[in-house]
Amino acid sequence: MMNDAFDLRLAETHIEVHKFRSGAIVAATFLSLILQVFVPVYIPKFAVLDLPLIVTIYFGLSRRNPSTGLLLGMVIGLLQDSLSGPTVPLGLYGIAKTIIGYLASSIGARLDTEHPAARFAMTMIFFVVHQGFITLTRRLLLAEPSPWFTLQLFIAAAVNAVVAVLVFALLDRLRKS
Amino acid sequence: MGVPSRHKSLVLLAGVIMLQVVLLAVQIKRDSQGRLLRVWTVGAVSPFQRVGAKGIGNIRGTWSHYFALQNTSRDNEQLRRENDELKLRVNQLQSKASEADRLAALLNFRQAQHNVPMLAARVIGTSADTASQTIYLDRGERDGIRRNMGVITPDGVVGKVVESYRDTAQVLLLTDRESGVGAMLSDSRIQSPVGGTGEPLLSMKYIPTDDTVNVGEHVVTSGMDRIFPRDLPVGVVTEIKTARPFQQVRVRPAANLQRLEEVIVLLTLHPLEQKKEPAGPPAEAAGKSIGGTAAVTP
Repeated sequence: MMNDAFDLRLAETHIEVHKFRSGAIVAATFLSLILQVFVPVYIPKFAVLDLPLIVTIYFGLSRRNPSTGLLLGMVIGLLQDSLSGPTVPLGLYGIAKTIIGYLASSIGARLDTEHPAARFAMTMIFFVVHQGFITLTRRLLLAEPSPWFTLQLFIAAAVNAVVAVLVFALLDRLRKS
Repeated sequence: MGVPSRHKSLVLLAGVIMLQVVLLAVQIKRDSQGRLLRVWTVGAVSPFQRVGAKGIGNIRGTWSHYFALQNTSRDNEQLRRENDELKLRVNQLQSKASEADRLAALLNFRQAQHNVPMLAARVIGTSADTASQTIYLDRGERDGIRRNMGVITPDGVVGKVVESYRDTAQVLLLTDRESGVGAMLSDSRIQSPVGGTGEPLLSMKYIPTDDTVNVGEHVVTSGMDRIFPRDLPVGVVTEIKTARPFQQVRVRPAANLQRLEEVIVLLTLHPLEQKKEPAGPPAEAAGKSIGGTAAVTP
């Protein structure tokens, strides 16, 4: 038992905070938003992906600073709101992604999330939590009927998690060595 | 007595969320949509969408014109456009009434709408939110597009313009929950609005239980919303459930709203219902409409 505890502490102290090339976060955010609104015109099924969420999770897990994580989540969420339809008021995705940014960076500061399996599991959980907060906001603040957890949601979560593992590997190349 | 450093991020989280909750509340209260931020974001993103759409168009064009049979491809394209025009006309004529006054009304409509300017536009983006059904066009205020203008394809009604920016316009599709169009059944001429449900099928809302509706019956615009002219195809009845006081009628949209690449914008805000005088085009748009090969006059 003592060894286990020691290893955990050791693991915590060795978790690395990653830094990125200048402009990498802005470029990745912008690209994710452009792809999110552009690709579904030609490939409708692409809409199941939430690329801005994947980017939020990635930088949250990598930077491991809850304050910057939540602020980045807020900015990405508000930009996504502003590119959505009139039925999406500013703040709907903003609130959900603020919370995800905070959670991702808090967890990233405690666990090593470099392994693809860990990234897959994290993204899947965060996707469901993200949709949960959107549904909660719709129901509580906007008084709109919105389903809670459906089979489609879990399928979408799995698809996003698979894509996230690939996207994370690409984004790893933007890290400063 | 300062906040412990480990709690600072938690305080920031609470503050940021509260700020956004207030932002939401303000938008609901004032029915405002935070236009400034939307204008900035759309302005920053739309040039890339436009370039992307043009790039894909060029790649497709190169493929079809150089790698496929050059002349056949062009002939096909021209024939497709002519076919689209004819489909629009045929669809309108198909639902003409049997009675003389109805025919007269239709004739009146055709005369009245003869000069309604229309503009072909390319779809360059969709909503960043899967729950809201909107698209972005590569034309905006500079081309004469304004809020509440109708958008169609030769197959049928698409939706209406909900926001117009300098070079881009946002269209609310018929399938969105907030969307609706004045409609009627083509055979019985029973009128009822058709609205979106957030799903691929539309809902025809107020058909009394006593009225007869048949699966496969065509639904066309009634002109009552003053956005779309009468007799444009809206969809086909696919499902009917008996309920009181109104039947639950599901309608499959006539236009393929899942895969839109080009649409036609009705460039007028004048009521399109029966008019004696032809509707005049907006001053800014007058010189730009119709001229394109894809523009259609009903």
